[in-house]
Amino acid sequence: MHYADNVDYPRLLSRPSIYGPGLAILFGVLLYAQAGATSLGQALAGLLGLADGSPLAANLVMALAVTAVVAINVAVVMRLSLKHQVYAVWAELAVLVLLFFYSFDLSFEFIQRKIGFLLTQGLVTTLYVSAISIMIASILAMIGAVAKLSSNGIALGIANFYTSLFRGLPLLMQIYMIYLGLPQLGYVINAVPAGILALSLCYGAYMTEIFRAGIESIPKGQWEASRALGLKPKDTLTRIILPQAMRIIVPPTGNQFIAMLKDSSLVSVVGVWELMYLARTQGQTEFRHVEMMITASLIYWILSIVLELIQARIERRFNKAQTR
Amino acid sequence: MIQKQKLSLVEAPPEPVGAVPAVQIKSLSKWYGGFQALKDVDLTIARGEKLVICGPSGSGKSTLIRTINALESFQEGRIIVDGIELTRKPEAVEAVRKKVGMVFQQFNLFPHLTVLENCTLALRLVRGVSQKEADERALHYLGKVRIPEQAHKYASQLSGGQQQRVAIARALSMQPDIMLFDEPTSALDPEMVKEVLDTMTQLAGEGMTMAVVTHEMGFARQVADRVVFMDRGEIVEQGSPSEFFSNPKEPRARAFLSQILH
Ligand SMILES: Nc1ncnc2c1ncn2[C@@H]1O[C@H](COP(=O)(O)OP(=O)(O)OP(=O)(O)O)[C@@H](O)[C@H]1O
Ligand SMILES: [Mg+2]
Repeated sequence: MHYADNVDYPRLLSRPSIYGPGLAILFGVLLYAQAGATSLGQALAGLLGLADGSPLAANLVMALAVTAVVAINVAVVMRLSLKHQVYAVWAELAVLVLLFFYSFDLSFEFIQRKIGFLLTQGLVTTLYVSAISIMIASILAMIGAVAKLSSNGIALGIANFYTSLFRGLPLLMQIYMIYLGLPQLGYVINAVPAGILALSLCYGAYMTEIFRAGIESIPKGQWEASRALGLKPKDTLTRIILPQAMRIIVPPTGNQFIAMLKDSSLVSVVGVWELMYLARTQGQTEFRHVEMMITASLIYWILSIVLELIQARIERRFNKAQTR
Repeated sequence: MIQKQKLSLVEAPPEPVGAVPAVQIKSLSKWYGGFQALKDVDLTIARGEKLVICGPSGSGKSTLIRTINALESFQEGRIIVDGIELTRKPEAVEAVRKKVGMVFQQFNLFPHLTVLENCTLALRLVRGVSQKEADERALHYLGKVRIPEQAHKYASQLSGGQQQRVAIARALSMQPDIMLFDEPTSALDPEMVKEVLDTMTQLAGEGMTMAVVTHEMGFARQVADRVVFMDRGEIVEQGSPSEFFSNPKEPRARAFLSQILH
C-alpha cells in the first residue's frame, strides 16, 4: 500500500456493523431486482422444485443464495494475504464478466471459424497501427514538450497551435481530414498511413501536455545543479530531468497507450481492416454480431492487460531510486 | 556615495603580485523586473581567499554568488572569473562553470543516481573522463568528505549532513578553482552542521578559493579571510572577521550582528 500506516485498524469488512448491514442491503437489492426471474434464478428454483411456485419464493431463494455465496466468499478471502486477496478478487470478477458474456448464448462454432481471420488480419493490423502510432506520438510529444518549454517563439507558437488543434478536433474528423483532405492538395495517401498519421498527431498532442507537465514537475534545483556542473542543455534534459520526470510521465502515458489501442478502431472508417472493422463485418453475414463483438472486446482487454503489465514494470524501474 | 568612500577605506587583502584575481566583480547591478536586487556591487576575490558573505534575508547574497557562475543574469557591470569575462556566450559560460563549483542550501543531489554516479556523471559528460578514471576520482573526493562507503547508495538513503558532503564531493570531483557555497548548512539539523563545516574548514586549509554565504559566525571567525556584509543589494561593510565582529562600523551591520549572535 502507498505509505501504509503502522496501525491495525479493524478491517472494513470484518466489522459487524458493516458486514451485517452490507449483506442485508445486498439481499434487499436482489429481492427488489427480482433475482428469481433471472436465468440463474429460474434454474435454481427449478432445482428446488419451486418452478411453478410464486415468483416471491424464487426471488427469496435466489437472493438468499447469492447473499450466502457473497458472505462466505468475503469471509474466506479476508483470511488470505494481501497479495492473494488481490489475485482472488481479480479472478472472481473476471469469471463473472466471462459468465456474463457466456450468458449471451454464443455460438462458439462461429467464433472458432472466424477467430483465425480476426487475429491474423484484424489483430495484426490493430497492433502495428497502434505500435507505430505510439512510437510517432511519443516522439512528437517529446518534441512538443521541449518546444513548449523553450524560449523559441516560433517553436512555442507551433507547439501551442498543434496541441490546441489536435486536442480540439474530434479524432474521427482528423482521420477524415487527412484521408480525404490531403488528396485535395494533390497528395494521395493510403488508408493505413492516414490512420497512423491521425492517431499519432492526436495522441502526440495529448502526450505533449503529459511530457511538459512531467518535465515541469522537476524542481529548479535539479536544473541549477546540472548547469553548475557544466552539463549541456541536452545532457541536463536527457540525463537529469527526463529520468526523474519519467515517474510522473509513465502512468498517464500508459493510459494514453491503452486509449489509443482502442481508438485505433476509428481508422476503420476509412476502410482499414483492423480488429473492430472485421468484428463488425464478419458478424454481419450470419447475424452473429454479438459473438464477434465479444471476441474483439476480449482481445482488446487482453492487449490492455499486457500494456498494464509493461507499464507496471516501467514504473517500478523509475521508482527504484526514490523509495527507500 | 558616502558609503562608497567608506568602503574604499577598507583594505582588500594583499594579492600575490601579478596573479589574476579569482573573481572580479565590477559595478554589478541586477534587476528582477523593476526590483533592483544588486546595486553597483564591487568585489574582488583573491586566489586562495576565503570570503564569507552575510546579511539579512533578501539582501542579495544568493543573487550575488549565483551571478558568478551564471545561474543568474545581470544587466550592468562586469564579472571576470580567473581572467575570463563572463558574458552570455556559451563558450564564456562553459569556461567559467569549469572553474567554479557550487554547493546549494538544498543539496540538489540527483535522486535517480547513486552517490557515485552523482559525482561521475558530469566528469564523463563534460570532461570526457573515462568511467574508470571518473570512479577513481569521485571515490577520492568521497573519501575526503569521509563517506566513501556510501558510494553505491541513493541520496535519499543518506542523512542531510551526508547528502551535503556528497554535494561537496560532487563539486570537487570537477576540480574547480573556486567553490561557491550558498547557505550550505541552513537546511541541516544542528547536529549535522558541524560535519559539513568541518569538511569546509578542511577544504579551506587546502588552499581552495571559497565564497561562502553563511550565518555560521563561528566558521566565519575561524576560516574567513574577509567578511562581506550585504544589505538591500549593496555591500555595506567588509573587513577581516576580527574587525567586523568586534567593531562593526555600520549601524545596519551592528543591528544584524546583534540579532544573529543571540
Ligand atoms: N526570481 C526572483 N524574482 C524576483 N525577485 C527575486 C527573485 N529572486 C530573488 N528575488 C529578490 O531579490 C532579493 C535578493 O534575494 P536573494 O535570494 O539574493 O537574498 P538572500 O540574501 O540570499 O536572502 P536569504 O538569506 O533569504 O537567502 C530579495 O528581495 C528577493 O525577494
Ligand atoms: Mg539566499
